[in-house]
Order: sequence, then C-alpha cells, then structure tokens
Amino acid sequence: MTTGDALMQAAELQQSRLAKYARRKMVNGVALTLALIAMSFGLFWLFWILLETVRLGFSGLSWATLTQMTPPPNDTGGLANAIYGSFLMVMLATFVGTPIGVMAGIYLAEFDTRGWLASTTRFVNDILLSAPSIVIGLFVYAVVVSRFKSFSGWAGVMALALIVIPVVIRTTENMLQLVPSALREAAYALGAPKWKVILSITLRAARAGVVTGVMLAVARIAGETAPLLFTALNNQFWTSSLSEPMASLPVTIFKFAMSPYENWQKLAWAGVLLITTAVLALNIAARLLTRVR
Amino acid sequence: MSTTLPANQMPMRPDAGSAERAMTSPPPIKRARSGPLADRIFGWLAMAAAILTLSALAGILISLTISAWPAITKYGLGFLINTQWDPVKEEFGGLVMIYGTLFTSFIALLIAVPVSFGIALFLTELSPAWLKRPLGTAIELLAAVPSIVYGMWGLLVFSPVLSTYVQQPLQAAFGHVPYLGALFSGPPVGIGILSAGIILAIMVIPFIASVMRDVFEVTPPLLKESAYALGATTWEVVSKVVLPYTKAGVVGGIMLGLGRAIGETMAVTFVIGNFNQLDSLSLFQAANSITSALANEFAEAGQGMHQAALMYLGLVLFFITFVVLSLSKLLLSQLRKGEGART
Repeated sequence: MTTGDALMQAAELQQSRLAKYARRKMVNGVALTLALIAMSFGLFWLFWILLETVRLGFSGLSWATLTQMTPPPNDTGGLANAIYGSFLMVMLATFVGTPIGVMAGIYLAEFDTRGWLASTTRFVNDILLSAPSIVIGLFVYAVVVSRFKSFSGWAGVMALALIVIPVVIRTTENMLQLVPSALREAAYALGAPKWKVILSITLRAARAGVVTGVMLAVARIAGETAPLLFTALNNQFWTSSLSEPMASLPVTIFKFAMSPYENWQKLAWAGVLLITTAVLALNIAARLLTRVR
Repeated sequence: MSTTLPANQMPMRPDAGSAERAMTSPPPIKRARSGPLADRIFGWLAMAAAILTLSALAGILISLTISAWPAITKYGLGFLINTQWDPVKEEFGGLVMIYGTLFTSFIALLIAVPVSFGIALFLTELSPAWLKRPLGTAIELLAAVPSIVYGMWGLLVFSPVLSTYVQQPLQAAFGHVPYLGALFSGPPVGIGILSAGIILAIMVIPFIASVMRDVFEVTPPLLKESAYALGATTWEVVSKVVLPYTKAGVVGGIMLGLGRAIGETMAVTFVIGNFNQLDSLSLFQAANSITSALANEFAEAGQGMHQAALMYLGLVLFFITFVVLSLSKLLLSQLRKGEGART
C-alpha cells in the first residue's frame, strides 16, 4: 500500500464522516425547528381564543349585563342573576371545601406520611383531581337531587365543593412538605402541642402556598359547567334561596350559546369574557403569589 | 410532650456566673392549656377529612352503580356493544357514545402528543432561560381556560373556519375517490368527530406538555452533559438519553392527557354535533360521546330506564378514566422510584 492510497482512504473516510455529521446536524435542525413550531402552535391557540373572546365579548358587554336579569329570547337583558348565582355557589363551595381539603392535606403531610391510609388517600385524591367533573354531577344528583326531588343551589354547592377538595389537598400537602422540619422541631422543643405546631407554625409558614391552592380551586370551579347541569340546573329569575334551582354563569352561557337567538349569543359572549378574565386573573395572581416566596 | 416541663429551663453554661442565675426565680410551673386530648381531637379531625376524601370515591362508585342497577340487570355487558339508543322504545346501548368518546380522544392524542413533546423539548433544551417561565405559564394558562369557553369558541369561531379551509377543500379534492372520500363526507358545517378531537387536543396539550417538561428536567445533568461531551447533537441527547431515561413518566403524562380527554364534557358537547350514528366513517359527521350524551339528556330524562341507562354510561366513563388515570399515576411514581435508584 502506497502513501497515496492511504491518503486517499483517509480523505474518503473524512468525507463520509463529514457527510454523516452533516446529516446528523440536519436531523437536529429539523427536530429543533419542529419543536419551535410546536411551541408556536400551542401559543397560537391561546392567543386566538383570547382574541376572539375579547373581541366578541366586548361587543356584547354593557352596563345592563351586570344589572339586569337573563332575558327571554329576542329581548334585552343581562346576566345579573347568573353572576350572583355563580358567585354565591363558588363562595360557599370554597368555604365548605377548603377546611376539609386543608385538614386532609395536614393529615397526609403531618400525621401519616407512609401508612396505607395515607398512600390510598393520596392515590384516590390524584384520581379525583382528574376525574370527569360530570361524574361528580351524577353523584350529587343521585345522592341529593333525586332524594329531595328537586334541583337546588345546595346540590350545586356540594358538587363544586367536591371539586375544590382534591385541589386543596394536593397543594396543602405539597406546601407543608416544603416547610423545613427544623421549624417543627423548634416548636416542639418549646413545648407546643402538635395541633398548635401545625396550625401556628407549619401551616403559617406554608400560608402563601395554601392560599394559592385555594385560588386555583376557585378558578377551577368558577368555570365548571358539567357538575352544575343537573344539580343547580338553571333559573331565569333572581333567587337567593339555595333550596331552589339556581342560575350560574357557565350553565347560562351553555344554554345561550347553543340557542339560535342573536341576543342570547351576544350575552353568552359577554359571559365568556367575564369568566375568562376572572379565571385567568386568579391563575396569574396565584402564580405571582408563589413566586414571591 | 407538653404538660410537664421541668421548671428550670435555663441553659447550663459552666462559665456563666452561677450566683446571678441563682437569684432569678424559676418560672412558675404552668399546665399547658391544651393537653394530649386536643392533640387527639385534631388528629381525628385530620384523619376524618382524609377518610372523607376516600369515601367520596367509594360513594361515587356505589351511588352510580345503584342508580344504574336497573339498566345493568336489563342489558348486562351487551350494553357496551349495542348501538341502539332509543328513549321512546326504551332500548338502550352505549356503543355509539363509547366509540365517540374513544375516537375523539384518540384523535386528540394523535395531535397532542407530538406537539406536547415539541413544547417540552423547546422549554427544556432550546428556550433562553428568561423565556422559560413566561412561555411555560402561557402553556399552562391554556389549561386554565374554562372548557365552556373552548366549547363556545369551537362552535362559533373554529368550526366555520375548519369547514371553509379544511373540510371543503378536502371534499373538493377527494370527494370522488372511493373510501378516502367517505372519510370527508358530511354537511359542510365543521362540526363532528374531527373538530371535537382537535379542540380536545388543544385542551390536553398543557397537561401532557407540563408533565413531559417536568420529567425531562429530572434527567440528571451528568447524563446529558456526558452525551454532549461525546459530540451528540441536542436532538440525539433528547431522543437517546432523555427520552429513554424518562419514558415511564412520558407515558404517564400521555395517560393523564388521555384521562382528561375522555372526561372532558362541555367543549365536546358544543362541537361534536350530538347525533347518534355509527353508519358513517366520516371525520366530519356529527356523532356523540358519553359526556355529551349525559350533558344533553340527563336533566330531561325521566326517572326510569332512560336515567338508569345514562347512569350506566356514567359508570362506564368513570371506570375508563379510573383505569387510565391509575395507570398514569403508577407510571409516574415508577419514574420517581427509579430516579432514586439510578442517580
């Protein structure tokens, strides 16, 4: 073998190596471009949805939207009773669900971290967190509505509370676990009983996180429609009695948006704008709150 | 550990002036206002809250089974493969809805999985550090938008666009081709299986993408850096190091998305068309899903077989999501365990 041959071979090898490298680089380039496209694809939907919501929502929004009752077809009116109903049910559901969720979260983080009860609860809670909300509606219907023979605001509150609980449990447990155990030990060393250590030391240290969880839960139930469809049903008029069927913003939007009447659709868009603004504001506020920590 | 603390709690420092300490009177021994009883009550309350959560799941299962019992005894498992759904003749079978639910979720995953993977790849490997957080939040906000908003937007904004720019050109191009043409037939309104699938995809992208991002980030940097040092490109690092390391978590994330897609109600109800049929294979034909059948019919269904059949459907839905979500949870926890073993 002469030196010339060896050189030729080396050059060939070098060439094939370069070609291989070029191909690998190209594959890499294609993959990363696709990733960029995927990212813009995701953002594209968000902006399109928000844009249309704002554009169509503002055209339907007026002062009357907040002050007048839901109208019959082809008449003027607003969403006052639906907004009030939503507000009332969401507030009550939060008040019912939060203490239960926080207590269960405390149990998982402070009392029983490894036992079978805790691990089962954790597992079940994760399932409930993603379980179809319409099934919760069916459950409340079977337990409350069919027993009392009437759709009612209370049934709606119960369904929403059942959605609040898993969200609050999850965040409470996670946040309590972030509290350094030195804090607990210091409190115990001062002679504080366990309940006091939890309530005034660990829970207080995790306060921001727990509040975030509650805000996220509120944001979640404010937009929930499915569990209200056959619990609170709907009501065309103003009612503050929770034992009657009660209007809510999402259910009203559902009814109005599916209808062929123009004024109803306009009101539905206004309602969508209100709900989306509230929910996104709560979400962003919750995120900012945890970032400060 | 609360009641009987010794009175002299001063630290014993040998070098401190002992005479001075002797003069300070010890604090009075005071019974703590709360004894072990308060502790026990607090513990019980916490446990009760945890048990309440457990019983919620059991309650859902039991109450749905009881309410669906008339339909279960009458139709048995044949319910799952019967396509008849006729409230007037009291003839019920759930295949149409089950098919609609599974097929729309399948389309959703077909779109959402690659996109979510791309998003996770972008967020973990490509994005400049200062953009990671805002972009991640933006994608997560997609999950926060209420499903009713997706539904209304889908029905009134997206479906017409889909019809004009996708369905009609497809029909014009392939309408006369046998088999392929049947896939695109149907009235040009943009409502049906495909639009439901696309909207579901948008809704589950944030869930899958954020799980994928989180599991990608647990890959030990050492592994990635070693691969980079050997000259691997970013894509090779992701596909040959990160992905194999996190595959259980990735599949868990996909399962979570699937669970979400199967249980999604309002958005699907708006755009699927709510029409019980299985004759047409078309992607643009109106169909029905379990959730939309429940949303549309339940409040009006009289107590009796119709309601029991709907409850049966709800039970089937819950069962499917339960299995899918349990799988997701198991896969994700497997990753978490493996993490400790391998690093």
